[in-house]
Amino acid sequence: MSGEVHTATNQIKSTVPHPYHMVDPSIWPVLGAMSAMCVAGGIIFAAHFGNFILLAVGLLGAMSTMYVWWRDVVRESATPGLHKMITQIGLRYGMALFIASEVMFFVSFFWNYFNYFFYPDKMGYAMAPVWPPMGVTTIDPFAIPLFNTMVLLLSGTTVTWAHHCLLEGDNKGTVQGLAVTVMLGLAFLCGQAWEYTHSPFNFYHGGVFPSAFFIATGFHGFHVIIGTGFLIVCLVRAMRHQFTPQRHFGFEAAAWYWHFVDVVWLFLFVCIYYLGRSAIVAG
Amino acid sequence: MSSTTHDDHAHNDHTHDAHGDHGHAKPGFVRRWLMSTNHKDIGTLYITSAVIAGCVGGILSMLMRAQLMYPHNHIISSGTEWNAIITAHGLIMIFWMVMPALIGGFGNWFVPMMIGAPDMAFPRLNNMSFWFLVMGFIFVMLGLLIGDGTGAGWTIYPPLDNARYSPGIATDFSLFSLHLAGISSLLGAINFIATILNMRAPGMTMHKMPLFVWAILVTAFLLLLAIPVLAGAVTMLIMDRNFGTSFFEPAGGGDPVLFQHLFWFFGHPEVYIMILPAFGVISHVVSTFSKKPIFGYLGMAYAMVIIGFVGFVVWAHHMFVSAISTDSRVYFEVATLVIAVPTGIKIFSWIATMWGGSIEFKTPMLWAIGFIFLFVIGGATGVVLANAGLDQELHNDYFLIAHFHYVLSLGAVFAIFAGFYYWIGKMSGHPYPEFWGKVHFWTTFIGVNLTFFPQHFLGLAGMPRRYPDYPDAFAGWNFVSSVGAMISGASTAVFFYILYRIFTSKEKLADNYWGEGATTLEWAVPSPAPHHTFEDVPVIQ
Repeated sequence: MSGEVHTATNQIKSTVPHPYHMVDPSIWPVLGAMSAMCVAGGIIFAAHFGNFILLAVGLLGAMSTMYVWWRDVVRESATPGLHKMITQIGLRYGMALFIASEVMFFVSFFWNYFNYFFYPDKMGYAMAPVWPPMGVTTIDPFAIPLFNTMVLLLSGTTVTWAHHCLLEGDNKGTVQGLAVTVMLGLAFLCGQAWEYTHSPFNFYHGGVFPSAFFIATGFHGFHVIIGTGFLIVCLVRAMRHQFTPQRHFGFEAAAWYWHFVDVVWLFLFVCIYYLGRSAIVAG
Repeated sequence: MSSTTHDDHAHNDHTHDAHGDHGHAKPGFVRRWLMSTNHKDIGTLYITSAVIAGCVGGILSMLMRAQLMYPHNHIISSGTEWNAIITAHGLIMIFWMVMPALIGGFGNWFVPMMIGAPDMAFPRLNNMSFWFLVMGFIFVMLGLLIGDGTGAGWTIYPPLDNARYSPGIATDFSLFSLHLAGISSLLGAINFIATILNMRAPGMTMHKMPLFVWAILVTAFLLLLAIPVLAGAVTMLIMDRNFGTSFFEPAGGGDPVLFQHLFWFFGHPEVYIMILPAFGVISHVVSTFSKKPIFGYLGMAYAMVIIGFVGFVVWAHHMFVSAISTDSRVYFEVATLVIAVPTGIKIFSWIATMWGGSIEFKTPMLWAIGFIFLFVIGGATGVVLANAGLDQELHNDYFLIAHFHYVLSLGAVFAIFAGFYYWIGKMSGHPYPEFWGKVHFWTTFIGVNLTFFPQHFLGLAGMPRRYPDYPDAFAGWNFVSSVGAMISGASTAVFFYILYRIFTSKEKLADNYWGEGATTLEWAVPSPAPHHTFEDVPVIQ
């Protein structure tokens, strides 16, 4: 079959202009990369010298870049003729692939956890091969974690409520659904903050269990913050009537992201909070 | 090379006037190179940065070979300095030379053109990928130059790089440089997949896509799924160093071998991330200069897909001496040997493509045949090392060094040069000097073989890697190896002379200066390719 494939000579030159969105030159990518470098360098300076200035500059730069860049995207989406159907499909690919990479990011932290969960004999310094390690009191899965599970599951339904209202053209309902979802996200974060401040083990020099616990749940919490921010942006855009029943990919991307965060939590709840609980739990 | 003035093309006419005020005309310097949203300009930036990084990494390797030329040499003053040099050499060559050249450079330039798309799916994101790479390069250089430098090796194993043995700030810079380069690759991967799946011209079905596009597609999926795991592992390392955690610290119950698992779960796909785009380039070059379509097109495409899949389940063959169980060793040995099958399909098909073809030994073809020859040698030593029993003996000695330099610095780098000579006319519009291209090839070919072939003997004789000195018994082959390195280094001067000749050339090239053998879409547009290709959708039959 290869004889006739992909040959330039078989190309027909049509006179149909391409349907893609050719983006104008932009300074935001350079600023974004420089801000990221400042964040990375800022973390190093903060850790080694206790100097937070570079970190603050970097974070401010990163947030500002995100704001102006995505403001441009929103404006472009509202400009007729730029985001044709195929460009909208491209954005979907982009978001789905980004979430796939996020899944692999969490795989590394679950791998870390399961390494000790399934093979507690791999713990260093002749620690007794039991998981959670001897002497560790864990958090009661049926206290705040279960409450947080319910909060996140409920937020999954409220974001769907907003989506259905959006499809029906009911803007008021969309705003309501999104507002409730954002509040549930904030409620989850409050629960998580309370849990962290009252946890029976310490992150700093606490050993392998707190390390595995806090990195997995901590990065999840960080993603909840991102997801809530994304939903807040959608809420503002819904209040400004920027979504239509036909075109609202910004909302859909936020919803996808929110569901991803939700699913990660379910794995955390089952594998770390429930299966990884100690005989006596605090909470 | 045929050197006639290119015929005026239909799409040349309305490139500049019709959409001129939309940033479609060539912008000024800052807009063009700092704010670019054009896949060709960004590709050029990638290739330029790969040349710079390659020179830095190459200078480091010259330093190493100078030190090892004679036993008890004192060119490098301390073992710490040596460690910093080997670490930076590995990191720079992988993340800032091979990957940017093949994926960011040729991928950016030719994937959109080969599928008939006007640009990448996310042009701003494309630019940010490049600038993340630059920022990462600044960090990896800080990691080399600050204090004692980063001395943990490119594999950054704990405890070598924990707070106790690498207390300095340099190691943190190197670790964060991996984050920055990783984000760059990840964003690039998302961009390539979205482009290839969404922006093919009508008629360009998946099964008609050129093999280079297939190679980049598989590579992008490997990046998408492997890089985040490295990010997680590096994050845990940084926390162990700075924030009192115990992921890999046995004192707190951590497991250093876990880091090796996470690292190689990324690291093995990374090997294919470097070589699959090379496979793609070689397929095009071999087909063009044999004046035959590639033999077994679908088999070639799916062999890369299979290599991609299997590449994810063989990682622990890098850890045969790292306290993994016998059962694990058996599994990882067998799974690794399986990869020889799809790789064999590739080699067989390249040879079958040449078989009965009307072969022209132009410079790109020399590099491609050199690639096949050297990659087979590297592949054969790979089969040797895949045996867990043999690896007990050969692990971390110069046999391993010879193996991975044969597949990478002779394999991937030869493919980069094959692609460079194949496409430089399309990118610059000017021909390269054929005679000097061949001089470059032969000096490099002799130089690298002289460098790395003796390292097999050194390894079999038991010389360990990562030491700045060795017993007198190893002096002979080390001297030969260093002479080879000097020859390879000198060949780089020929390369720069060729660059000078290309960019001072007044000759213009035709659209398809390779003739009937070159059949992919980039040969249907003028040389140099206009700033925006395919303003009108091409239809592929």
